Amino acid sequence: MSEENSNSNWWIWKVFWILLGLTAFEVGLGMYKPEFLVNTQFLGTKLLNHVFIILTLVKAGYIVLVFMHLGFEQGSLKWTILLPAFVLVPYLLFIILSEGAHAYLMI
Amino acid sequence: MADNLIQNDMNAPAWLGGDVPYKASYGKLMMWFFLITDTLTFSAFLTAYGFSRFKYQDIWPVPEDVFTHFPFLHGEHPLLFVALMTFILIMSSVTMVLAVNYGHKKEKNKVILWLSLTIIGGIMFLSSQAWEWGHFIHGDSGGIQLKNTEVVHVYNSNNRSSIYEIMNVDSHDGHHHFEVEEFIEKFSADQDLGIRLADRTFLNHSESLVLLEEKGNAILLGANLKNNEYGQSLFADYFFFITGFHGFHVFSGVVLLIILLINTIKGTYEKRGHYEMVEKIGLYWHFVDLVWVFVFTFFYLV
Repeated sequence: MSEENSNSNWWIWKVFWILLGLTAFEVGLGMYKPEFLVNTQFLGTKLLNHVFIILTLVKAGYIVLVFMHLGFEQGSLKWTILLPAFVLVPYLLFIILSEGAHAYLMI
Repeated sequence: MADNLIQNDMNAPAWLGGDVPYKASYGKLMMWFFLITDTLTFSAFLTAYGFSRFKYQDIWPVPEDVFTHFPFLHGEHPLLFVALMTFILIMSSVTMVLAVNYGHKKEKNKVILWLSLTIIGGIMFLSSQAWEWGHFIHGDSGGIQLKNTEVVHVYNSNNRSSIYEIMNVDSHDGHHHFEVEEFIEKFSADQDLGIRLADRTFLNHSESLVLLEEKGNAILLGANLKNNEYGQSLFADYFFFITGFHGFHVFSGVVLLIILLINTIKGTYEKRGHYEMVEKIGLYWHFVDLVWVFVFTFFYLV
């Protein structure tokens, strides 16, 4: 709250540089594909993909909490919005992706 | 900042409308609820993509073999163009936050400036996507469909060879159609050429010829909803559907932003006493950016 009351916009540009840096880092990883990350398998996919997903979630967090201002809203509003996604999306991923792995074994 | 919009008497008892549990105005709340439903819609689309990708994991096209071009640059530049698109969208998100920020301070001219820049960013993104789609539909080096619908590619040692080059035509010169027989004729003449199967195993020249003669079904150039030169037919379907649905969101966002800009110039929000509409459309615009962050990861990186 204190950030947005100040006259400067430095906090907006800070998030911009974070998002840009993370994206550049992802693109760099995607181009050079470090062998260790490509060859290590974890939970059905490459370790590199887990790194991508974690970085994506960090970026999503900055966009939702700062740009969309959710981090500064009332707790009740925050959790009303976040909880359905936190519960339903992992559930959806779990059932559909494990089904996909099964479908792979069937062809 | 939105407190003055909540007209309820905070001291009234709960059942007389006194409580404001979310401390947010009606309009903002409804925008958030819409965005929750949209989040679940996009989650379902991307999860469905994940299903097909897991199911066809051995033969699914690798993004870096598909999206390799950059306007006016020759050669292979995987990820570069889509990184630029991501940059444009993040940038337009920043200009949007600045517009919202100046809206809170009721500085009309700065709101107009940053909204205009956001609209330009949105239009740039849509143009990039049009280029990307055009390139995807036109295709790159072509593929060969076998009778079991598997799509294989021509390779010269470790490099993808273009079917257009083998057939001696310019890929941008008109619309082409090649029969399997005429392709085999040219293919057999060059001993260096071989076939890479969809599961990324290479065949030598004579094995390739046997495969093409026994199983060759069609030469695929470019992509449509029925089949595509890149590989599994579902790949193009998901690409068109998910990026198309996202692009439609961006388009709607640009339309909303233009209406918002006109109203700001006309002074509608100044008369109203607050710029909450900028904030609400801003939420939508950031959401579009948020979805792209995920599309970028799951379509282009993973």
